[in-house]
Amino acid sequence: MKCVFGLCLAFYFLAVPAWGNSIRTERVVSPGGIEAWLIRDHRNPIISFRFAFRGGSALDPPGKGGLAAMVSSLLDEGAGKFDSMAFQKTLEDKAIHLGFESEKDSFSGHLQTLTRNREEAFRMLKLALTVPRFDTEPVERIRAQILIALKRKKEDPHTLAANALFRSLFPNHPYGQPTDGSKNTVEKISIKDMKDFIRKRFGRDNLVVAAVGDTTPDVLSRLLDETFLGLPARAASWELAKVDPVFSGKTQLIKKDIPQSTIMFADYGLTRGSPDFYAALVMQHILGGGGFTSRLYSEVREKRGLAYSVYSSLYPFVASGLTIGSAGTANERVAKTLEVIQTEWKRMATMGINESEVTDAKRHLTGSFPLRFSSSGRIARMLVGMQLFNLGIDYFEKRNSYIESVTSNDVKRVVKKLLNTRGLTIVVVGRPVGISIHN
Amino acid sequence: MLTPFCGVRPGYYSFGKMVMRISYYSIILVVVFLFASNVRGGVFNPETFKLKNGMEVIVVNNPRVPVVTHMVWYKVGSADEGPGETGIAHFLEHLMFKGTKTRKSGEFSKIVARNGGRENAFTSYDYTAYFQTIASDRLETVMELEADRMTNLVITSKDIEPERLVVLEERRSRTDSKPAAILGEHMMASLFINHPYRNPIIGWKHDIKALDIERILAFYKRFYRPNNAILVVVGDIKAAQLKLLAEKYYGAIPAGPPVIRNRAKEPPHDSARRVIHSDKRIRQPSWRRVYVAPSLLWGEKQYSYPLEVLADIVGGGTSSRLYRRLVVEDALAISAGAYYSGDGNGPGRFTFYASPRGGVSLESLEAAIETEISKIIRRGVTQKELVRAKYRMQAAAIYARDSLSGAARSLGSSLAVGISTAEVEAWPERIEGVTLTEVLNAASYTFDKRRSVTGILLPEAER
Repeated sequence: MKCVFGLCLAFYFLAVPAWGNSIRTERVVSPGGIEAWLIRDHRNPIISFRFAFRGGSALDPPGKGGLAAMVSSLLDEGAGKFDSMAFQKTLEDKAIHLGFESEKDSFSGHLQTLTRNREEAFRMLKLALTVPRFDTEPVERIRAQILIALKRKKEDPHTLAANALFRSLFPNHPYGQPTDGSKNTVEKISIKDMKDFIRKRFGRDNLVVAAVGDTTPDVLSRLLDETFLGLPARAASWELAKVDPVFSGKTQLIKKDIPQSTIMFADYGLTRGSPDFYAALVMQHILGGGGFTSRLYSEVREKRGLAYSVYSSLYPFVASGLTIGSAGTANERVAKTLEVIQTEWKRMATMGINESEVTDAKRHLTGSFPLRFSSSGRIARMLVGMQLFNLGIDYFEKRNSYIESVTSNDVKRVVKKLLNTRGLTIVVVGRPVGISIHN
Repeated sequence: MLTPFCGVRPGYYSFGKMVMRISYYSIILVVVFLFASNVRGGVFNPETFKLKNGMEVIVVNNPRVPVVTHMVWYKVGSADEGPGETGIAHFLEHLMFKGTKTRKSGEFSKIVARNGGRENAFTSYDYTAYFQTIASDRLETVMELEADRMTNLVITSKDIEPERLVVLEERRSRTDSKPAAILGEHMMASLFINHPYRNPIIGWKHDIKALDIERILAFYKRFYRPNNAILVVVGDIKAAQLKLLAEKYYGAIPAGPPVIRNRAKEPPHDSARRVIHSDKRIRQPSWRRVYVAPSLLWGEKQYSYPLEVLADIVGGGTSSRLYRRLVVEDALAISAGAYYSGDGNGPGRFTFYASPRGGVSLESLEAAIETEISKIIRRGVTQKELVRAKYRMQAAAIYARDSLSGAARSLGSSLAVGISTAEVEAWPERIEGVTLTEVLNAASYTFDKRRSVTGILLPEAER
């Protein structure tokens, strides 16, 4: 999975796939008014449950960066009558998998259980969401773990590159801040901050829910009320300003004594709701998409052996959109690699795309959609993403038609709109030789 | 719970055409791999048969979506390489994506992509595997392609030189750029005195630079043949349908002479070893210890299942002994755990790892872990711990059925190293049968410091 900057995003699952006739999505609405999207599958006695609250780490208060991330690590560290160890032990004894994660635009949780432990599993989830304890021991233990992780990341080329790139793209917007905060902010997060977070962010009006596996609408409906009705009807009001990224077109260098430089670059992108999104997806697949056939793969890796991994892909946010790409190469070959990537960018911008490339890309994107349905947890993730991005409950049936309807002219238009011929905005981490830097 | 850090654990398990990194998740793989069945008689319930040329076939029907995962496993990995040719199995894996007698370089991938498929490959110590996931009605296309490159591979100097650079970049990004991986490489080289597991899967840099076409082709001709390969297909397919296709494409390839694994043997271990790597990129010290351990196929094999259960009890999760004692109660460590790898053809490994909290010395951390180890050697585990672990492991067998690729990987890797499908299917019963005495005996046999390497990762200033 391409994860940049804490941004693995449901997008990953939504952007590539498209199809789904043999999978039926049901809308379940509980008596208490909580909606969930359900796909039943009774062949294996397990349930994969997933939910998300709209609004993620981008809403962390100023000076409290990493708050959402810290809460996500602490919700399963004690709740109700269970202290941290008792909580974890109860989960492990029943083989219940419960976890939380924060991303820039959402805060999500997942629960996987054997059908026979279903009631216990949802009781534990409810406790975690409504009466988490935030006892001092786990709070300080997790804080210490986060601080050490942050320390380690200061030496991780990929994190360094992503952080620098996002800071330059969003100089005055929370998207420019790392989701896990910094030493200064994490040290300042108090137990009260975390309790406030729960109270303000976990509102039923912000909630989307999905379930896949061995359950029925009736059971699910009851569980939805039992689990979520205790939450406030409304989350505290929030707003996230729409923002256009700042593309400097320059190359920034972070000097590190390492044998291989990490290159990360950015260019214009789209929000998920943009009418051009699918055309852009086709274009990006041809330019830097997954598999072994993109132009970047062929020119950078296959023909010249410049990198093991090279790609570019769309990164849509709720309030903005980007294209991000990356490559890793020996220090002495950074200049050549950048030149080849920039050349490919310009070549597509000026000479466009062949009809046959568009046809092949569409065939791949539509044909590979069912491949996404590889596990119940993954399907639940897609269902949550569909709700967060307002794609509609019929998305699985319609998605391939969205790709099919992309024409060569659409792709041409998107090429003009998105590919920046003034140059990519680049960060290099390493000791590259012979590149021009604008620090 | 915070997801633990990748840097703490040995980072590599297999190397592939593209990133197929199993680092933190190696435990899960081991678990899933051996979860090939459940109590009611089979997680995956595979059907198996053999083609006339000796190629083994495994089919698992899972019709959730009209998709199949198609894999071909060769019973050859980095541990089958000769002197001076480390990395050849992995290099060959990359070159398998070049042309054949009838197909141009890169054509394979173009056809797969156009048909909406995804593909990759990976190399481990004991096997090399190639796979495509694709709509079930396109299965025949990829079978034809895969059968073609089993015998008709063409490698030119135009292909090999850029690919050598790619492999060197891969080595740079996985190993040379990661102090924890450098330490891991040296620990393996020190742990195994003579067995080829001592060499990294991706190979030593000087060997990668020196490999030539003749040598690679000789390796290919020796090991890539139907009687040294396994076909695994999981998904929307029935065994009867697959059989026709398998006979048509793979069955047409003549068998070669039998392939015999002839690997250097490990002598007795008489000295505890210590490997220290310091690096200015390290911000936080960490500690690990690896014991050479029995595996299902090597040494005191009867200890393999008990060791698997023990690893879960000692180091499996946040309520495991090590995490509870070192991280929560005594607040000595930021992370701590243990895992067991007994899924290979050769020796297994039992690993303990921990990273100290600020202000805690590595010496006191090591002493605390050694105390836990000696408690296990003396008293074993409790009945309660055993029952809990078994429950979790049986549950994991049910979870494992959920994914297409999990089934294919588990069954394929087992058969490729020499564990029968029946043994894999019997896993839940084997785990259920583990007794307290067996765990105690396995622990006191395995945790002999003379058969271990202790690895320490330090910031450079502390050298």
